[in-house]
Amino acid sequence: MRRHPYVLLTRARMKEFLREPEVVFWVFVFPFLLAIGLGIAFRNKPPDEIIVGVVQADGADRVVAALAPAGGFKVETVAAADAARRLRLGKIALVVVPGPSYEYRYDPTRPDSVLARQRVHDALERAAGRADPVEARDTLVTEPGARYIDFLIPGMLGMNIMSGGMWGVGFVLVEMRSRKLLKRLIATPMKRSDFLAAMMTSRMSVVFLQLAMLLVFGRLVFKMVIQGSIASIALLALIGAFSFSGLGLLVASRTSKIETVSGLMNLVMLPMFVFSGIFFSADRFPDVIQPFVRALPLTALNDALRASILEGATLPSQVGRIGVMLAWGVLSFLFALKLFKWS
Amino acid sequence: MDIAIRCRALRKTYDAKPPVEALRGLELEVRAGECFGLLGPNGAGKTTTVEILEGILDASGGDVEVLGLRWGRDDAALRERLGVSLQETKLADKLTVEETVALFSSFYRKGRPAKDVMADVGLIEKRGAWVVKLSGGQRQRLAVACALVGDPDLLFLDEPTTGLDPQSRRQIWEIVRDLRRRGRTILLTTHYMDEAERLCDRVAVVDHGRVIALGTPSELIASLKGEHVVEFAVNGDGPVAGAGATASGVPGHGPLDPQTLLALPSVTSALADSGGILLTVAEPHLAIPALLERLGRDGLALSRLTTRHASLEDVFVALTGRHLRDD
Ligand SMILES: Nc1ncnc2c1ncn2[C@@H]1O[C@H](COP(=O)(O)OP(=O)(O)OP(=O)(O)O)[C@@H](O)[C@H]1O
Ligand SMILES: [Mg+2]
Repeated sequence: MRRHPYVLLTRARMKEFLREPEVVFWVFVFPFLLAIGLGIAFRNKPPDEIIVGVVQADGADRVVAALAPAGGFKVETVAAADAARRLRLGKIALVVVPGPSYEYRYDPTRPDSVLARQRVHDALERAAGRADPVEARDTLVTEPGARYIDFLIPGMLGMNIMSGGMWGVGFVLVEMRSRKLLKRLIATPMKRSDFLAAMMTSRMSVVFLQLAMLLVFGRLVFKMVIQGSIASIALLALIGAFSFSGLGLLVASRTSKIETVSGLMNLVMLPMFVFSGIFFSADRFPDVIQPFVRALPLTALNDALRASILEGATLPSQVGRIGVMLAWGVLSFLFALKLFKWS
Repeated sequence: MDIAIRCRALRKTYDAKPPVEALRGLELEVRAGECFGLLGPNGAGKTTTVEILEGILDASGGDVEVLGLRWGRDDAALRERLGVSLQETKLADKLTVEETVALFSSFYRKGRPAKDVMADVGLIEKRGAWVVKLSGGQRQRLAVACALVGDPDLLFLDEPTTGLDPQSRRQIWEIVRDLRRRGRTILLTTHYMDEAERLCDRVAVVDHGRVIALGTPSELIASLKGEHVVEFAVNGDGPVAGAGATASGVPGHGPLDPQTLLALPSVTSALADSGGILLTVAEPHLAIPALLERLGRDGLALSRLTTRHASLEDVFVALTGRHLRDD
């Protein structure tokens, strides 16, 4: 039974890809290691304990007793000589000097010191008989969806789609050109469009695998909540892959030197690594450069993935971002076709 | 007789600094059903010619007709009917032999089953091996297999045996002979003259982008007007004799002027070559005694003497004064 060349080309490309152990590592394992590392570094841990030092002096016992029922900090008695040093080193947030009137020593630029001063003063006042006329109750909120890891995973996905698309298409094409394999292929009746389409298709299939793995991983390990529909997230990833494989095609359209294409790739990807909001929000950049930042395909992809995964945004509400990605993909593809050198 | 390939005044200048004139009016006619060899030294323009015929490269001038069709007009039809093996293609490392052959086969309307093609080139037992794991000879046979998948009427093989060991070369020769028996037209390039002599019905010797000799290997050898080659060297420190007016001390032929040897019976050409003198001779049993007598008269001592049948290499040397291969 004969198969269509497009099918065989796509399959051949996929097989070659999966038979490269280092490629599999970079595409599938590396992002997990990175996500795990960052997830650990930025995990939501209980806030650091605030330590308040009470200088040993007359009335110190009374102060310690007054602070005991209050929460939110730990009390230690310290020798007068020690107090200044430990405050300077940041070991304690606040020094309380007992006496006829209390003295608080602290650094006003340290938020925990300011907080400690507030709490200690309240506790001492209450112990002295202050009555609080307003009653309040605290409800503590740490919900999945608002954590750093939730922000990070869509960014990782976007970054992966970018570097996978660029390298997966660009690098492979240049290698095939330098091996004279492209030249060999055009000596056959193979349709050039079949070949280029197969390159992009195989890339997009890999993106599905990456997407599925990262989402399952985020769900299981980090209890990530996925608000948007899987179909719309997959479609966004696909559009992103299209955009970047087109860009990869363009970057690789003429050169037959691996070094040249590596340099070009890095040149194209570097601004996106910096400006497109992988690790922190792209909103942080000044307004003057926002138009530039927004025009980058990775910014569009990251924003779209975040909106869809974290907020459940629908596709129609993201036409702008989708438009940016499609424009990059289509224009790159058209330019690449014009410039493409087969031999 | 059908003509498979016709080139007229073929020119190719590569854009480089300075521009390279690779082909300067090359004329070629290959008949249907023959195995035709393009023989020439490095840089002669063999690959350039073949790639123009394959439709991979555009000519700068001249006229090309392949299987009665023309590039630029009948490309799709031509590609279906040609089989190509380039001088230096590295096929995908991590595909198996069978996957590679099947992939190429899928490009052709009448692509042959991978199994049949692998059998043709003796790679059945390697069908599951990755290309990167194949030996040089096996890789070259795979390249030929990829040229055969479309059941081509015309097959181009650019240096199919360069760098291969003798056994692998013979395997390739067998494949080519088999195709030839089945009536396919083959154009191959080589710089091994023994290969051209054994394999090709006709040979064109190419040098500096032109055909400088054309014919069957035996016709070309016969054009030397002597079927035999006598190669000899003398000790350069013999006493200088009358006729040896040329530069003295040239290693291997000392004071001897090769031109004076043309007077010897049945010698048709005489040429100084590295380390000795080459004589083309019709009847060695007449020439050799006369040569020995001449050397004796000049007081020169023979340090080496061999005779052999003339080859295409000698044709090339006679035409250009250079050898086909640089080494
Ligand atoms: N792409 C190119 N750009 C510039 N010059 C080239 C190019 N390709 C070939 N040449 C030059 O054209 C001439 C003919 O080259 P060609 O490859 O046709 O020779 P060849 O007979 O196949 O030699 P070989 O036996 O080494 O394969 C050479 O001088 C070569 O340096
Ligand atoms: Mg060549």
